[in-house]
Amino acid sequence: MSEQTPFLRLENLSKDYGQGMVLHSLSLDVDAGEFLTLLGPSGCGKTTTLRIIAGLEDATEGRVYLDGADVTKLPPEKRNLNTVFQSYALFPHMNVFQNVAYGLKIKKVPKAEIQQRVMEALQLVQLTGYEKRMPSQLSGGQRQRVAIARAVVLRPKVLLLDEPLGALDLKLRQQMQQELKRLQKQLGITFIYITHDQEEALNMSSRIVIMREGRVEQIGTPEEVYEHPATLFAAGFIGQSNLIHGVVDKVGEDGQMTILSEGVSLPAYAEKEYHPGDKVVLCLRPQRVRYGSEPQHGLDLQGLILDKEYSGGMQHTHIRLGDTLDIRVMSQSSELDSYQIGDKVHVGWSIRHAPVVPDNPAEEAQ
Amino acid sequence: MTTDKKDSRFFRFLKLPMYLWTLVFVFVSLTYVIGLSFMGRGELIGVDGLFTLANYARLREPQYLKVLLNSLKLAALTTVLCLSIGYPFGYLMARLKPGARTVVLMLLIVPFWTNSLIRIFGWRILLMGNGPLNTFLQNLGLIEKPLKLLNTEGAVFLGMVYALLPLMIMPSSNAVEKLDYSVVEAARDLGAGPLKAFFTITVPLTLPGLMAGCVLVFIPSMGLFFLNDMLGGGKTLLTGNLIQNLINSRDLPMASALSALMLLVTGAVIALYRKVGGSSGQLSMF
Amino acid sequence: MKKKRIGSTLFLTLVLLFLYLPIVVVIVYSFNDNPARIPLQFTGWTTRWYEELFAGKGGYGSALVLSLQVALWSVLSSVVIGTLGAVGMVQATLRSGKGSRGDNLMESIAILPIMIPEIILGLAFMVIFDALGIKGNTIRLVLAHTTFCIPYVFLSVKSRMVSMDTALFDAARDLGATQRRILRDITLPLCAPAILSGAFLAFAMSMDDFVISFFVYGVGEGTLPLKIYSSVKTGVSLRVNALCTLMILAVFLLVAMNQYLQAVRAKKERMLQKA
Repeated sequence: MSEQTPFLRLENLSKDYGQGMVLHSLSLDVDAGEFLTLLGPSGCGKTTTLRIIAGLEDATEGRVYLDGADVTKLPPEKRNLNTVFQSYALFPHMNVFQNVAYGLKIKKVPKAEIQQRVMEALQLVQLTGYEKRMPSQLSGGQRQRVAIARAVVLRPKVLLLDEPLGALDLKLRQQMQQELKRLQKQLGITFIYITHDQEEALNMSSRIVIMREGRVEQIGTPEEVYEHPATLFAAGFIGQSNLIHGVVDKVGEDGQMTILSEGVSLPAYAEKEYHPGDKVVLCLRPQRVRYGSEPQHGLDLQGLILDKEYSGGMQHTHIRLGDTLDIRVMSQSSELDSYQIGDKVHVGWSIRHAPVVPDNPAEEAQ
Repeated sequence: MTTDKKDSRFFRFLKLPMYLWTLVFVFVSLTYVIGLSFMGRGELIGVDGLFTLANYARLREPQYLKVLLNSLKLAALTTVLCLSIGYPFGYLMARLKPGARTVVLMLLIVPFWTNSLIRIFGWRILLMGNGPLNTFLQNLGLIEKPLKLLNTEGAVFLGMVYALLPLMIMPSSNAVEKLDYSVVEAARDLGAGPLKAFFTITVPLTLPGLMAGCVLVFIPSMGLFFLNDMLGGGKTLLTGNLIQNLINSRDLPMASALSALMLLVTGAVIALYRKVGGSSGQLSMF
Repeated sequence: MKKKRIGSTLFLTLVLLFLYLPIVVVIVYSFNDNPARIPLQFTGWTTRWYEELFAGKGGYGSALVLSLQVALWSVLSSVVIGTLGAVGMVQATLRSGKGSRGDNLMESIAILPIMIPEIILGLAFMVIFDALGIKGNTIRLVLAHTTFCIPYVFLSVKSRMVSMDTALFDAARDLGATQRRILRDITLPLCAPAILSGAFLAFAMSMDDFVISFFVYGVGEGTLPLKIYSSVKTGVSLRVNALCTLMILAVFLLVAMNQYLQAVRAKKERMLQKA
């Protein structure tokens, strides 16, 4: 192995349960101290990936390296990483203390040390005083904390979290998101987090891996995957977008281009190289579009206001470009405008915020 | 790979005793019985070890055929009668208020767990010539001389229905209890009368329990030989008695042939049950 | 509405009376002062038969001892075999999600003893024990009873295992437990109620069995049900009624105890939920 081996490396992982491939040669590098999120719809292979990392399942092919060592064939107890399960998986016949102490007991840690470390872990998740409670006597959020304490008490190199907030209601979920972030900073260990909730992924992660059907679609920081989706799937899965299908018309300098859709010429941007005539999709975030009586961002686009909706501090406007191309625009309602339905306006956007991805009908996220 | 292999070795180790036990005491012993049914009688160990179909040919002899048919008839009648008492009972019981249901359930469990020999013994006393039933009827003046109740085919039939009735009630009641009664209310709401709702909604939806009950009653009813001993006066009425008699006279091959036939009927009943959508889980509810 | 309720109550009552009628007759006759052999009329009340029974007349004591011995050994071995079998089978399917063909086949053969008519099993055990040269009555009974007790334990434990959250096993594995440790720390404690109820069922079935024991047992006094059968058939004395009454009483007490324990557990659960 080379010296620049990353902290955790997945190399060409494939998994076949016998009814078709669940993972297709997945490779991924994770740095120490990262908060990495595997994001994708159910069935995309994210849980399988996590279980392979944990050692709870064996990959059909491929290798896993952790901290410079090949752990592919090591059983879970020799990998020094722990998992927080979606259903919490607290042992119902043990109280909170016994649950958290279980891993230490197996490692034959001396009693006094177990006592001390369990108390520390419980303090970390703010459950001091709950040692004697049984899991059935705890709320969902408290069970979640016990599950985390039970995993971190072993001081794993990596903490794997399998949709840990999936069973909680919205308010508690947001609170726990903050807490998990705090915990990760405090512990300084690598988190690999699974979710199908794109908002959660954007809020918490240092990097996001978008997965679909056992393959990686895109890896990047939350900003990167949001602003520069690499595929149509990524564009559709993360946040809201106007997905405008068209063909490349002219290609300019520095990735600038114009694309043609329903007879309208739209300025856009791509890091990849495209050629005139390529079928593409323009991903336009509603909040990146501006309109007014003056040309916006130096573009010369005319639009017609079709409809306006007000919802919770935001203003949604439907604007028609050309004869048939409708887009949605979102703006702060404090910038309330005086435009009425049927008014003509100038529309525009910063070219950097108008990324283009290749068109692929099979890829569109629902 | 390594972790998987070690684990599955451990699981195989856990399963091993059950595999071995099942193989020897269920599979081999039943196969052995079937094997014996294809052999002739022998002097020394009861069989001669030569292949023959003679035992099965003998099934056509009137002494066997008559009993076999009679046994099937009694089994079918028992099933029908148990169904027509047990299913309504299970239904009404499941529709009781929780408190009352618990009481009825408890009252049912006691006879169910009481040894059937004891319960049949009670009938034997009841039906005797100078037993309580005859005395009661005589005191009422309904009859002059004691009726011959015991040692009749009717007594055996009564005993069979009596012994097997709980096996029909339990699955019926479980099925009705699980039924979401709002669908019946919906049917009533849509204009179905109570009987129509019962036969078009309740019965189809509780059919699995009902069928399980029929299988649970029908299968053992062919073999209850002791019932015949105690209530039928030793007349050979059931297949079970044929087998018992043959064992007593050490005709093991013929006893095996009858057992194999019964096994076949059992298999056919269960296969039929599965085919119409029954699950074997329902058959082993206790 | 009201008429319907009366009709329903009447029907339930009549069927229950039908079920209890012979039981009541057995109990009443155990106090019958008629010294003649069965058949007989009820002539007056006495507790004589119970006194004779407890004095050891009729040899029911040794039958009871044999029944208990056989039941204990059969329950013990069927609990071990059935529990481990169910645990191993379900655990092995956790990864693949589906049972192997061998396991499914084995399961359907293993539960045959409680599906097929008992008389077939009785004959099968008789011929196989003879063929294998197993002659001791007690060992023959224990082997036979263990075979039909296994399905009760197996099915009870299996249904518990299937309903368990599989993540519990993953979690234990993840925390470093080996399969052996998981069995000891997680699986067996969580299956304990199911094992217990399976064992209880197996015990009752063993104590209750007549047909299979009848064929398996050679010469001698036999188990309690065998002894009752021979007494009842020949019609000895009303001591057998006294014995049967005691057995009915035992069943009644067990059922009542079970009901009570269930009520206590339900109450405890309600309190837990409130807390």
